[in-house]
Amino acid sequence: MSAYEIVLKSREKGRPTAVKYISNIVEGFIELHGDRRFADDRAIVAGVGYIEGMPVTVIGIEKGDDTNDKIAHNFGCAHPEGYRKAVRLMKEAEKFRRPVLCFVDTSGAYCGIGAEERGQSEAIAMSILDMIRLKTPTLSVIIGEGGSGGALGLCAADEVWITETSTYSVISPEGCASILWKDSSRVAEASECLKMTADDLIALGAVERVIPEDGFSEGFYRKLKADVAETFRKLKKIPADTLVENRYRRFRKF
Amino acid sequence: MFAAQDRSFDRGDTELKFDFKKFFFRKPKNELEGSENEQPAKEEPKSSDAAIPEKLAEKCEGCGQIVLADEFKANYGVCPKCGHYRKIDARARIEMCLDEFEELFSEEESGNILDFPGYTEKLEQLRAKTGEKDGAVCGVGMLGGVKTAVFSMDYRFTMGSMGHTVGEKITKIFEYATENRLPVVGFVLSGGARMQEGIISLMQMAKTSAAVAKHGEAGLLYISVLTDPTTGGVSASFAFEADIIMAEKGALIGFAGPRVIEQTIRQKLPEGFQRAEFIEQKGFADLIVERREMKEKLAALLKLHCGEVIA
Repeated sequence: MSAYEIVLKSREKGRPTAVKYISNIVEGFIELHGDRRFADDRAIVAGVGYIEGMPVTVIGIEKGDDTNDKIAHNFGCAHPEGYRKAVRLMKEAEKFRRPVLCFVDTSGAYCGIGAEERGQSEAIAMSILDMIRLKTPTLSVIIGEGGSGGALGLCAADEVWITETSTYSVISPEGCASILWKDSSRVAEASECLKMTADDLIALGAVERVIPEDGFSEGFYRKLKADVAETFRKLKKIPADTLVENRYRRFRKF
Repeated sequence: MFAAQDRSFDRGDTELKFDFKKFFFRKPKNELEGSENEQPAKEEPKSSDAAIPEKLAEKCEGCGQIVLADEFKANYGVCPKCGHYRKIDARARIEMCLDEFEELFSEEESGNILDFPGYTEKLEQLRAKTGEKDGAVCGVGMLGGVKTAVFSMDYRFTMGSMGHTVGEKITKIFEYATENRLPVVGFVLSGGARMQEGIISLMQMAKTSAAVAKHGEAGLLYISVLTDPTTGGVSASFAFEADIIMAEKGALIGFAGPRVIEQTIRQKLPEGFQRAEFIEQKGFADLIVERREMKEKLAALLKLHCGEVIA
C-alpha cells in the first residue's frame, strides 16, 4: 500500500473509532464527563473501567459513527476543554496509581473562534507537560489519524502504538502540499515525504509497536487487550520516578 | 565566564559583529508560513566583507511613511510615527534585553533528517542568507543583575519554525539551567513546526516540554516572552508552559493561524482576534509589554523571583 492509500484508509468510513475499542477492550466502563472549568467536550470520551481485572483510566478521541454522531463528537476535533478533561482524569488516575490508556484518532485539534478564546495552545501544551511527567503508566494507541499537536496532546506516553493503517504526522499531507508547494494535488507525494505511516514511524523510533489490524476482527481486539494488559503489568512494576525518567529519555532521543 | 562584549543598542561602532542597520533594513514577513512560500533566495555572497548597500531611510510597513534608519534603531525597531513593531532577529532581541551574553550550543546543526525534497537546499540558502545555523540562539547572560539562561528564536529562519536543531537547543538550555539552577527567559517567535522534518518536528514539542517540566520541578523560574508570531506547535508547547507569560504588544498569538481559522469556519475574524491584548483579556497572558520596557519588566520579575531576599 502506498503512503497515500494508508492516509485514505486511516480516514475510511466505517473504520472502528475509539468507542468501539473501548467497548471491546474495557470491561465495566463508566464514562466521566467535563473539565470542571467550562464544559464537557464530546470529541474526547473518557472514563474508568477494567482490563483483565486491572482498573484503568481510558481516554479516547472519538470521531463518531454516522453523520449525527460525527457532529455530536465534532468529527474528533477536540476543543481546549477536551484536553483539560483528559488532564483532569490523568491526574485522578495518578492519584490512584491507575494506568492510563489513550486512543488517538483526530485530524487535529479544532481550530475556531471558541477554541482560540479558551486557549487551545495552552490546553495542548499543558496536556503534553502534565502527561509527560505523570507518575503512573501511560500507553497511547493511534487507531486512525494521529494529527499533529491535537494527537500529541494524548501521546506523551511511556509507549505509543499504532495500528497498521493509521498515520501520525506533524501536518496533514494536504496542508503540507498546499503550504510548501502551493499545490494541493501533490497530496500523494506529500504523504510519502512526511514519513507518516506505521513502518516509517517504527524506523524513526516514534512508535514502539505496529498492531496488525486483522480486519478488526474479534481476535484483533482480544490480542490488543492482552497486549495492553501485559504492558501495563510490566510498567506497573517500575517505580514512578524511574517511569518518568524513562519517559523523559524516550522523548529526549528525538 | 561571560564574553565581555558590549552590544549596546546606541553604540555606533561599525566594527560590531552584529549589524543593526542590516537587520532593520530587512523586509519583515508577517504571514505565518510566509517564509515557506517565498521564492528561493538568490545566492548572496556569504562574506561579511561584501559591500552591503546601506540605506538612510526606509518605508515603514505599518504606515508607509519614510523613517530614518537611526530613528528606527533608537526606537527598538518600532516606527516612531505609527508605533508599528518591526520583527527583530534572535540576536537583536538578546542584545536588547541582556547586559552580557555568552552563547551556548552554537555547534548544534542538523541536516535533512527525512530526506525531504528540496529541504537540504532550503537549509543551505537560509544559512547563507542569515549566517545562522538554524532558528534559535541560546546562551547565558546577565539580565538586570540576575544570571539567566536565555533562548531567542529567529524569524529569518522559516519564521522560527521548530525542527530538530531548534528543539534540541531549547531542550539543552533548559537542562543547562536546571543543572546550574538558573532561571530561563525565552523569547518565543514561531509559526509552528517545521514540516520538512515531519514527526521529528512534532517530537520536539514533547522533548522541550519534558525539559520545561524538569526545570519547573526543580523550583526554577521560566518566563516566556511571546512575540509576533507565536502559533502552531510552539504555542502548543513551551510557549505556554511558563510560570510567567509575557506578550509583546500587538503580537499574533494563537494555536491555528488566522487564515486557517477563516478557511475552517468560513467567516472573517474580528479585529484584534489573537492579538496580545486579546490573549491577555482571555486570561492566557500575564502581562503585555511594550518593546522598550521589556528589559526593565524582565529584570523586575527576575529580581523578585531570584534576587537576594531580605528577611
